[in-house]
Amino acid sequence: MTSPTDGVVFESVTKRYGDVTAVDDVSFRVAQGELVTLLGPSGCGKTTTLRMVAGLESVSSGRVLIGGTDVTLRAANERDVSMVFQSYALFPHMNVLDNVCYGPLSMRMERAKAREIAHGKLAMLGLAGLERRLPSELSGGQQQRVAVARSLVLEPKVLLFDEPLSNLDAKLRRRVRQEIRELQQKLALTVLYVTHDQEEALAVSDHIIVMDGGRIAQQGTPHDLYESPASRFLADFIGDANLVDGELAVTASGASFGAGGVSAPVRADGMAAGPATLAVRPHRLRLVDAGRGLVPGTCKRAAYLGSRAEYVVESPWGELLVFDADALTLRGRDEPVGVDFDPGAVILLAR
Amino acid sequence: MTGIAAAPPVFVPAARDRTTAWIAAAALATLAVVPWALEGGASALRLAFGGTLSHWPLLAATALALASAWRGNDRATAILAGGAVVWTFAAGFAAGPRAPSFGIGAGVALVALTVCFARAIARRGTFKGDPTVATIVVVIAALLAIFIFFPVGKVLVAALFDAKGALAPALAAERLFAADVWGLGCFGGGTGCGVAINSAMLATIVGFGSTLVGLVLALVVQRGGQRFAGIAKVLSILPIVTPPFVIALALVVLFGRTGLVTGWLDAWFGIPRSRWLYGLPGVTLAQLLTFSPIAFMLLHGALGAISPALEEAAQTLRASRWRVFSTVTLPLLRPALANAFLLGFVESLADFGNPIVLAGNYDVLSTKIFFAVAGAQHDPGRAAALAVVLLGLTLVAFWLQQRWIGKLSYVTVTGKGDGGLPADLPRPLWFACFAFAAAWIAFTLVCYAVILTGGLVKDVGRGDMTLTLHHLSQGFGIDWTSRATIFTGSAWDSLFTTVEVAAIAAPLTALVGLLSAYVITRHRFAGRRAFEFLTMVSFAIPGTVIGVSYIVAFNVAPLELTGGMAILILCFVFRNMPVGVRAGVAALAQIDRTLDEASSTLRASTVRTLFKVVLPLLRPAILATLVFSFTHAMTAVSAVIFLATAKYNLATVYIIGRVEAGEYPLAIAYSSVLIFLMLAVLLAMQALVGEARLGRRVAPVLAPGG
Repeated sequence: MTSPTDGVVFESVTKRYGDVTAVDDVSFRVAQGELVTLLGPSGCGKTTTLRMVAGLESVSSGRVLIGGTDVTLRAANERDVSMVFQSYALFPHMNVLDNVCYGPLSMRMERAKAREIAHGKLAMLGLAGLERRLPSELSGGQQQRVAVARSLVLEPKVLLFDEPLSNLDAKLRRRVRQEIRELQQKLALTVLYVTHDQEEALAVSDHIIVMDGGRIAQQGTPHDLYESPASRFLADFIGDANLVDGELAVTASGASFGAGGVSAPVRADGMAAGPATLAVRPHRLRLVDAGRGLVPGTCKRAAYLGSRAEYVVESPWGELLVFDADALTLRGRDEPVGVDFDPGAVILLAR
Repeated sequence: MTGIAAAPPVFVPAARDRTTAWIAAAALATLAVVPWALEGGASALRLAFGGTLSHWPLLAATALALASAWRGNDRATAILAGGAVVWTFAAGFAAGPRAPSFGIGAGVALVALTVCFARAIARRGTFKGDPTVATIVVVIAALLAIFIFFPVGKVLVAALFDAKGALAPALAAERLFAADVWGLGCFGGGTGCGVAINSAMLATIVGFGSTLVGLVLALVVQRGGQRFAGIAKVLSILPIVTPPFVIALALVVLFGRTGLVTGWLDAWFGIPRSRWLYGLPGVTLAQLLTFSPIAFMLLHGALGAISPALEEAAQTLRASRWRVFSTVTLPLLRPALANAFLLGFVESLADFGNPIVLAGNYDVLSTKIFFAVAGAQHDPGRAAALAVVLLGLTLVAFWLQQRWIGKLSYVTVTGKGDGGLPADLPRPLWFACFAFAAAWIAFTLVCYAVILTGGLVKDVGRGDMTLTLHHLSQGFGIDWTSRATIFTGSAWDSLFTTVEVAAIAAPLTALVGLLSAYVITRHRFAGRRAFEFLTMVSFAIPGTVIGVSYIVAFNVAPLELTGGMAILILCFVFRNMPVGVRAGVAALAQIDRTLDEASSTLRASTVRTLFKVVLPLLRPAILATLVFSFTHAMTAVSAVIFLATAKYNLATVYIIGRVEAGEYPLAIAYSSVLIFLMLAVLLAMQALVGEARLGRRVAPVLAPGG
């Protein structure tokens, strides 16, 4: 079922360091022209996976295919991939142009031709005029773009990004991730992208593969992952979520979820009655006056953040985090309140 | 994204291993054409036709290795090439000492076959399949085996045999445990102590003394602020440019029986002239002056690494200056102090230059070994036994250092630059340290002044201070009058040889050391730790032991090298190699590993990565290693005094000869010439390194972000 239209195919790949299994029987594929993100907490095996695609780590078992070709046994310099490193890894003793020419010259391209291509890529990334600068003379954002240009210049089948934004400040990060996404769509690049930042993953990806403990926890589109996480871990990891352990009761008229002696109607979506975990995003909860709403509670903490107010409410369902878009009237500490939500706004997970 | 069917692998490793085949072809061509033996003459092929039957298997194996490399049969290539190397050595040793020794043809062919072997096993999957790494590791390990482990091993074995070459374990035990080695007579028995006890005692005193002096100097320089920064620089340069017996020479001139100071004391205070200098006091003083700068550098670095915040914290907790010093500063220095002691101990044990000039009747191991070989007694078995004792003492000291001190380190430097000022020393301590340091530095300066002026006066040893160029012209006279310039001075030959040997050895040392450092730090392969250990071992072997080992191992076929220049070069390369490894490892630790990986993902081969990324960034380390191995080769005595010959004499050996003949002025003049020469090399190299660091670095112009 492999075909040349596949960018990357990872087939039951395992990576062991002695007794430690860093990546455990992982399979996925990246279609051509697609941006797939490996997302997960630190130590989940996402970077090891990326480095196995690059050929910087050897595979303990399984196969790696790039563009339909088995490259499992090939060294990094024999694979048709390029990588943008977290530290950018720009050669500090070469200027921008020499850095970008490095790949083509490694492949024995004529120097004049290599320069021409390099100039083209630098211009595309808005770096024209900086060719003679040393990396140390560039700002962080410029260094990042030189790293991208250096990887693009070989026009590889697959481009790999290892946490490329982690050395940039928050504002710049948002802009650069848009630039990367636009570039990828414009050139129809096949990209495998590693990050631990779920917001970044949601913003740039066609597909997201969430990893945990060396295995794939769930994969899907950003929308799938956010709206229907498959487990507690995923609900908690992607975005904020209130997790409540309780019982699901299903009757002919509808379903209800109960915990701590308080029940609320929910949409069961065919789930069987029994122990369940309810997950609900803080911004799907509303704060209402005491006596109204589905769950009674007391406001324990309130923080005003301008665009919204954040509350921690003590309730029979435990402490609930609530983002209230109405920040005009801030509720006081120890004020009795009600918490309300739509039945369709919650996610039910089997326990 | 499920249900992935297994497709057959498209990738097949290149069947033909062209590079290995070319190297095997080179080996075969060498065997066919290049003279095999040291004396030149016929190639292996012609010798084989001439009746040396042992060459036939070698030729056959090489030819078959070529064929199997061409066909891509890596297993066969590895077995054939490896087998050919083993066979050659086995046949060479079996042929006995009368057979011709290996020459250029043998050397080139053996190296080429070793490379073939390494590449073939890499293609079979060892060394993560990287032929370049395999070649570096296997070739360097083989060279270390031949030029460090084989000779040292042969000495260990030689200690077991008597003068006629028969196995004599009883004699060996007698030699090893003789009273003149381990005797304790000096502690009340009336006689002298054994030579091992003497050495250990001297080393202990010097270890303590140099640590104390180093600590005092370090406290003054480090806590005295910018004012004394220059002193630190001078003290760090002196040990590098000073041949190891120069201080001893200066002491003889000052305090010998006819010395300057001795004369004044006699004339003004009526203190009679004596030979007190020759023996333990003199050697101790000389070694203290020689090795204190090393302890200073170590402790200066350790003091600088103590975060001032710790001392400031103590101060804010109401500690007095004494309390800060005794409860924070000094305890944090403990590992460095222990290190400095052991370093002084080891340096003193291995020192040859000072004892040979000053020890008199106080025998120490290094000189005793030399006289057992070179002296009238000529007893190589005894020399070997003493070498075993010296090696044992040194290894125990190193073992202690690795075992006990290596783990005892308080790292107080964090990534964040801790601000703050180091605490002031307690007043009385500061004045005491300052006074002592000033006196010590003044004394050191006097010693150097004696050396630098001694060559220009008639007889500094007897106080005749008439200016003269006689000594310089005796050593370094040049006859400009005839048509061709003639170097008439008696020292020229040895100086030219020394510079030539040092200039050839330095780049080789840097190459071998840095390549080792590169594979150790940048590649993971089975046996990496063992390889690292092998490259560092020669650091722990005293020069005298290496010297004895080389003449024991390399004076007979098939590895007959004594008497030539090659053995001097080899000796320097493998003795100084650990410094290249250390410098390389330290420098590579500063270079982010992802740079190599980036180069690799940009399609660069290991070789291209090495030359385009790693080596350019290593330039400062390369230059430092070059300077170090060059100056070390110029100043070395202990090992090469066994190996230098009348034809290939070295500067230091020549000077020792002049000292023994009592020609002090010439020895002093020559020493000062050496010091100036090395200072010039050092400063020139420093200028170069400085430029390498600053070059092309214009003030960074930061464009607005983005």
